[in-house]
Amino acid sequence: MIQHLIDGVLVGAIISLGAIGLTMVMHILRFANFSHAELLSVGAYAAFVLGPLIAGLSGALEAGIGPLSLSWAVALAVPLAMAITGATAVLLDRIVFQRVRAKGGELSMVFASFGVALVMRNVIGLIFGLSPHLYSRDIAFAQIISYDPLIMVKPDQVAVLVLALILMLALHLLLSRTTFGYSLRAVAENPDLAQVTGVDLKAAIRAVWLIGGALAAAAGVFYGLTNQIIPVMGRDLVLPIFAATIAGGIGSVYGAVLGGFLVGIAGNLALLVLPPGYTPSLPFVIIIAVLLLRPHGLFGEARA
Amino acid sequence: MPEALRLSGLVAGYRPDLPILRGIDLALEPGGMTAVVGPNGAGKSTLIKAIAGLVPISGGTVTRGGADITGLRPDRMAEHGMAYVPQTDNVFRGLTIRENLDLALRRAGRAAPERLARLQAMFPMLADKADIRGGALSGGQRQMLAVAMALATEPSLVMLDEPSAGLAPNITADVLAMARRLTEDGTTVLLVEQNVKQALALADRCIVLAEGRIEADGPATELREGTTLAEIFLGARRRVA
Repeated sequence: MIQHLIDGVLVGAIISLGAIGLTMVMHILRFANFSHAELLSVGAYAAFVLGPLIAGLSGALEAGIGPLSLSWAVALAVPLAMAITGATAVLLDRIVFQRVRAKGGELSMVFASFGVALVMRNVIGLIFGLSPHLYSRDIAFAQIISYDPLIMVKPDQVAVLVLALILMLALHLLLSRTTFGYSLRAVAENPDLAQVTGVDLKAAIRAVWLIGGALAAAAGVFYGLTNQIIPVMGRDLVLPIFAATIAGGIGSVYGAVLGGFLVGIAGNLALLVLPPGYTPSLPFVIIIAVLLLRPHGLFGEARA
Repeated sequence: MPEALRLSGLVAGYRPDLPILRGIDLALEPGGMTAVVGPNGAGKSTLIKAIAGLVPISGGTVTRGGADITGLRPDRMAEHGMAYVPQTDNVFRGLTIRENLDLALRRAGRAAPERLARLQAMFPMLADKADIRGGALSGGQRQMLAVAMALATEPSLVMLDEPSAGLAPNITADVLAMARRLTEDGTTVLLVEQNVKQALALADRCIVLAEGRIEADGPATELREGTTLAEIFLGARRRVA
């Protein structure tokens, strides 16, 4: 039970990071971006490529950090992967979504995002192959922290959770303490008024894609670290991420964080009572349950 | 002295094939308050929004102080010394009063603390309730914050879109008086108002808009006394196409 809870918190942190970017983009640009989860793959593979390159600079970087299987090289690759993925998100907006937005409706955007997701997933598959990869061949041994009940935690999992929480805290400080953060909240709430108040709408939209992409990249690397890197990881994570976004309330960053943990923990606790084959259905159950009780999500507000 | 604003043959609307404004010619001298009144759907709000860059302009020009600002980007208004207070959703509900003001003062740089102090002196409520969210304010408080946000860039032309909308009658008078006070330092005020009687009592000049065209234009005192307004509002006067 406690073991499932701990595993759930970890998965939840990863889903939360993915859901934050999705909820911001969905709220500001008003479309369900089904390609968002593919940004996790972009980030994971970017770090997978950059890790060995950085290790090539100095052999010392190849070593794991303390008890972690995560090497210094891969750790240093994470911020770079975040930047690359953020830039990818901005580029996708410019090449695809901005053009569709100018001519089509919200539904066109949704279908375009499905198309973008397929293209991204298959390009990654073409380049890296369909078989899974790992950041490190070292086996990370789980540490037993309690025998009764038996609780095992991998050091990597602890590191991932701490890093995820640090990223969320950083975003919280950005949004709640800086005028740049206010401007993003302003655009999310009322784009016309934000412009009248002097906010450059296009720059704000770029910033949202950049932040969303960067957080997705971190989530992707963390997923790769605790599971494996595989081209279909986006497909596997898209539903939990959407469930977290909708359950939390579209547009609410804090809702997305809570929704992510909710989906992650519920998914793992469900293993106690349901056969594993049923767990993929759980995100839908959570969406339905939350929306029945609170039609705008846990933190969402009604909007026109 | 250059004009505060000049509109020449302005045609604007959300869709180019459905113009709401159908050829507006208007020049505003600096200073004083000009009220724009007219029946519902006359294009009063569209007029201000087109000037502010929020509604596409399909014909004509907007100039200010000799510079062409047709189709200006709304976030660049401050660079031309202009500010616009939208009708109802005019403060950020999810931001506190202080955050709303800090956002409006974002480009003020070093002058920001001094300007904040001045706005708080003008509206002490803004300092007293600094941590209250915009969504929790009363109608009158919301208008004060909205006006303060517009003044943050120290504009010389302030455009107000129906500041009395949704307010209780006794607060309407306060808010309109506040709009009038803005003119005391030479600021030009362009006021769109549904409350014709009160608008005419405060304004220097009045423009009557109907069906996207200017139907009457003159000193507010004249329109107050004449019968033109009643005729336009009751639909007795129709433009011959």
